[in-house]
Amino acid sequence: MTNLTDLGVRELRDGVRAGTFSAREVADAHIVAVSKAKQLNAFLVETPDHAIAAAKQADAARAAGEMLKPLAGVPIGMKDLFCTKGVQSAAASHILEGFKPEYESTVSQKLWDAGAGMLGKLNMDQFAMGSSNETSYFGNVISPWRRADGGNAPLAPGGSSGGSSASIAARLCPAATGTDTGGSIRQPAAFTGIAGIKPTYGRCSRWGVIAFASSLDQAGPMARDVRDCAIMLEAMSGFDAKDSTSLQLDVPKWEANLNASLAGKRIGIPREYRVDNMPPEIEALWQQGIDWVKDAGGDVVEVSLPHTKYALPAYYIIAPAEASSNLARYDGVRYGLRDLPEASVIEQIKRDYGLPQSAPSLDVMYAMTRAEGFGDEVKRRILIGTYVLSAGFYDAYYTQAQKVRTLIARDFDRAWETCDLLLTPTAPSAAFALGEKSADPIAMYLNDVFTVPSSLAGLPAMSVPGGLDKAGLPLGLQVIGKALDEQGVLDACLAIEERAGFKARPDAWW
Amino acid sequence: MSVDAATVKKIASLARIAITDEEVAKIAPELDNILGWIEQLGEVDCTGVEPMTAVIANQLRLRDDVVTDGGKRDAVLANAPQAEHGFFTVPKVIE
Repeated sequence: MTNLTDLGVRELRDGVRAGTFSAREVADAHIVAVSKAKQLNAFLVETPDHAIAAAKQADAARAAGEMLKPLAGVPIGMKDLFCTKGVQSAAASHILEGFKPEYESTVSQKLWDAGAGMLGKLNMDQFAMGSSNETSYFGNVISPWRRADGGNAPLAPGGSSGGSSASIAARLCPAATGTDTGGSIRQPAAFTGIAGIKPTYGRCSRWGVIAFASSLDQAGPMARDVRDCAIMLEAMSGFDAKDSTSLQLDVPKWEANLNASLAGKRIGIPREYRVDNMPPEIEALWQQGIDWVKDAGGDVVEVSLPHTKYALPAYYIIAPAEASSNLARYDGVRYGLRDLPEASVIEQIKRDYGLPQSAPSLDVMYAMTRAEGFGDEVKRRILIGTYVLSAGFYDAYYTQAQKVRTLIARDFDRAWETCDLLLTPTAPSAAFALGEKSADPIAMYLNDVFTVPSSLAGLPAMSVPGGLDKAGLPLGLQVIGKALDEQGVLDACLAIEERAGFKARPDAWW
Repeated sequence: MSVDAATVKKIASLARIAITDEEVAKIAPELDNILGWIEQLGEVDCTGVEPMTAVIANQLRLRDDVVTDGGKRDAVLANAPQAEHGFFTVPKVIE
């Protein structure tokens, strides 16, 4: 008997269509796997009823001889950043704890319309701010992977989509949604030996996705292989009038058009991505990737992206600036947490927190609600954002960063004159241990050095597993494409996937 | 340019986040460090470069100026920490 939780999206979809197993059997197997994996802390809310209802519909449709929907019989995980009607959507924060939206995000609705069921809401870095899933109000997600040194040091699943990456790698769900602002799909995918694609900015609607940095935020799928990502992305993409930056374009048939031949494709290797202190194993994997794309028929060319080193500092102005604006809405009035101190202690609180004695209790409520409701990293970014946007600093920081962003995008445009795709490592290291980098914000930010530039330029980019390091941990390769060329990105990743033959998976210790 | 305690207090007040003196003492050097790192952007020559406004060329759509949504008072109020008589309620601000 096949273990249904070992199967991917395509296998589950095709198996349910063929009647090899029922959608209900698939849902039940995954519901049990989720319920047994509490130690990973990947799920914030479990929604077995949702998954079972979708499975029943799929089985009934098949019994009635109807054509099955594209994701009929496939249960998935939903990142907590997506608003799901009637189900807590907290962005893993305290300030939104208990928030049950009255509406459904466009992307999640599209997945349900395609027949998918929801196993639950996935843990993440609070408001998607983090690279290790250590900023969640509801505790760290523990990666299912462990180093092969016999030690049991709990490892980071990457972030911010760490609940998504951990649960897919641990076979709790075949696929999940992620969101990527500076690498939050690709870096966790690389850390856990799975695939994940951030499409071109505007492919997936941002409506109902709790906002972090609106000019960068983009949803995308995470799954165990390239084909499964293509299937998911087709269901998630498409024009939405409710998002002003949504692209008014038809959704290509990415799955049907998959083609692992890179004949005639020029693959650029950006010289500036050879950063200092890159571990030799990452360097070696990158070289291996170059050999794989050559083997697939691609022509490899060296290219230059001269402003690469400025991408991270520009990102850490733009993203916090947008976050400080977006998160201004959490004020304890319309939804979420309210911390309204008793009248008898308000004067004391004003003294303790240095608030003006003249402040009305409404102002005290705002300040206390936000102090109580936001975690340290979220506060840090709101403060940075407030600072760089404040009077006198706006031009020196924010305007300068947006100009540098233009130069970064121009670097890519120039590169496309000599190549069609770019191949880079996804992250500068394998998964690190929880707590290892949390004391130094900049060390944590540097984890996104290879993923941030393509985010700033809005380009499609994907991480695919390439191999294991000496400690037995997965390493990922990243392919970046021209705007709207998700097909080229998926094809190149498929070529790499076929040659890497990545079959490693974590032992179930949980 | 260094970020001192007074600056942190000022931006925390602009951001409406209550902050204690102990927190200020911890956050000030962190922000100073991060902003110092960010300052390398100043070395990029951006003469004649326009700030980015859209990553993908896209036209902002216009639609007819008609009501397309509404009549959802109870849904809008459903998650309010406190709502009365069909309104959000806040502490008294006028004595």
